[in-house]
Amino acid sequence: MKKILEVRGLSRIHGPGCPLCFENTGADAETNVCASCGSVVAAQDVSLDLHQGEILGIVGESGSGKSTVVKTLFFDAEPSAGEARFFDGDQQLDLFSLNAARQRWLRNHRFGMVYQNPNLGLNFNVSAGGNIAERLLMSDVANYARIRQRARDLLTRTEVLGERMDESPRRFSGGMQQRVQIAKALATRPPLLLLDEVTTGLDLSVQARILDLILEIQHELNTAMIVVTHDLGVIRLLAGRTLVMKYGQVIESGLTDQVLEDPQHAYTQRLVASAL
Amino acid sequence: MKPLLDIDGLSKHFQLHEQQKLIPSCSAVKVTVYPGQLTALTGPTGSGKSSVLKCIFRTYLPSSGRILYRDQEDKVTDLAQASEYRILQLRRRDIGFVTQFLHCLPRKSALDITIEPLLARGVSHQEAQRRGRDLLAQLQVPERLWGLPPATFSGGEKQRINLARGLVARPRLLLLDEPTSSLDPGTTQSVAELIKTIKQEGVGILAIFHHPELVKRLADQTIRLQAPAPVMPEPC
Repeated sequence: MKKILEVRGLSRIHGPGCPLCFENTGADAETNVCASCGSVVAAQDVSLDLHQGEILGIVGESGSGKSTVVKTLFFDAEPSAGEARFFDGDQQLDLFSLNAARQRWLRNHRFGMVYQNPNLGLNFNVSAGGNIAERLLMSDVANYARIRQRARDLLTRTEVLGERMDESPRRFSGGMQQRVQIAKALATRPPLLLLDEVTTGLDLSVQARILDLILEIQHELNTAMIVVTHDLGVIRLLAGRTLVMKYGQVIESGLTDQVLEDPQHAYTQRLVASAL
Repeated sequence: MKPLLDIDGLSKHFQLHEQQKLIPSCSAVKVTVYPGQLTALTGPTGSGKSSVLKCIFRTYLPSSGRILYRDQEDKVTDLAQASEYRILQLRRRDIGFVTQFLHCLPRKSALDITIEPLLARGVSHQEAQRRGRDLLAQLQVPERLWGLPPATFSGGEKQRINLARGLVARPRLLLLDEPTSSLDPGTTQSVAELIKTIKQEGVGILAIFHHPELVKRLADQTIRLQAPAPVMPEPC
């Protein structure tokens, strides 16, 4: 399988930062806050690889930096240091050195993001179909009939009733809002999909169907995904490989079944032991 | 004949940080598996039989030793050291693992679970279903169960679904962990026949059997494991 993404030494510091920031924070220091300068180190020296069609899981508790990683990759947050290379066909793009217009282009065309909070991924002032149309317009599909047909196809694929495509997603249930978000993210058939706690807070039955949908999409479209979650069950079901993060650092990585059955780090052992 | 799998000096221990303990699981294990032959692992409970299989599949990280696997192109990979991507590739293409219990989603049908490995290899859905049905029939799983999720099946039925999933894609190396522990004599018989067939097809098998008579009937080589010696804590 071809490599699609390579991240090296990704860090993000909120605050002035100082030479001691990394030393003063992380899993061993058991804090995100640098004692010398008061900066918050959200992510520290994160490296990862992602191959075509692969699902990579990132687990950790709140504040571990897992969301920060996908947010910087989707250009929602700026990294303080590090590199990310995206391999697209025979092109190789250095994500963080691209200008804003190129970054926007990638967001609209080649990346998809599904947020925990549908407010972030959807525009509630337009209809469900309109949300998808927006993304298609940004990616240069301009024919009205074609856009409408594609929106209907996508919503049907993600099991949102076609006859509700003209309603605002505000009136949808949480599970349906996530489906519309997934449909919107998939509109441009992106080779890279980022999923940030997409099933958190949903009913178990709704969770199960969203997770099934994600797996089906992976099979059908061979989309590479990074799945961020605190839920070990989600990781077990979806991810082939997993990173475990704590206080901004990756403390352990491996094949998902190995991380869950033979965790090496003390924190991962505690995490696995606390699972229901 | 060159071995398909050649394990030497394999040891596994667990370091439990919370309890500050080192738990030995298996030590100094030496095993070979040849194409078309079955090597049986025997030994008392706690001698680390299952751990050896899990180390080969890399569900456990081996603590020391080498696990050399020879692939179709005669390329040798040390499974103890190989990259995660190489392991995933070998799991998809080469190495099958039938564990004692069936772990699956409670909402998938027995047939869908069975054919998963074929779909992962890119076999068409229609062809996969045909092969899945044949195998389930051969393992005497009643046809009325094929469309149902195995959650409500008996232990023996679940075990045969698990076997079917492990065998359907004909791995080159098959790891079997007590595949017949919940089967009655009749179905154990059909499983034994099936194992004979796939041996003749050239599949190399490393197996732990619940029934000693199966070892006698099917094994070309038997390796007896001893309970591992306690491990000394690493100096800090």
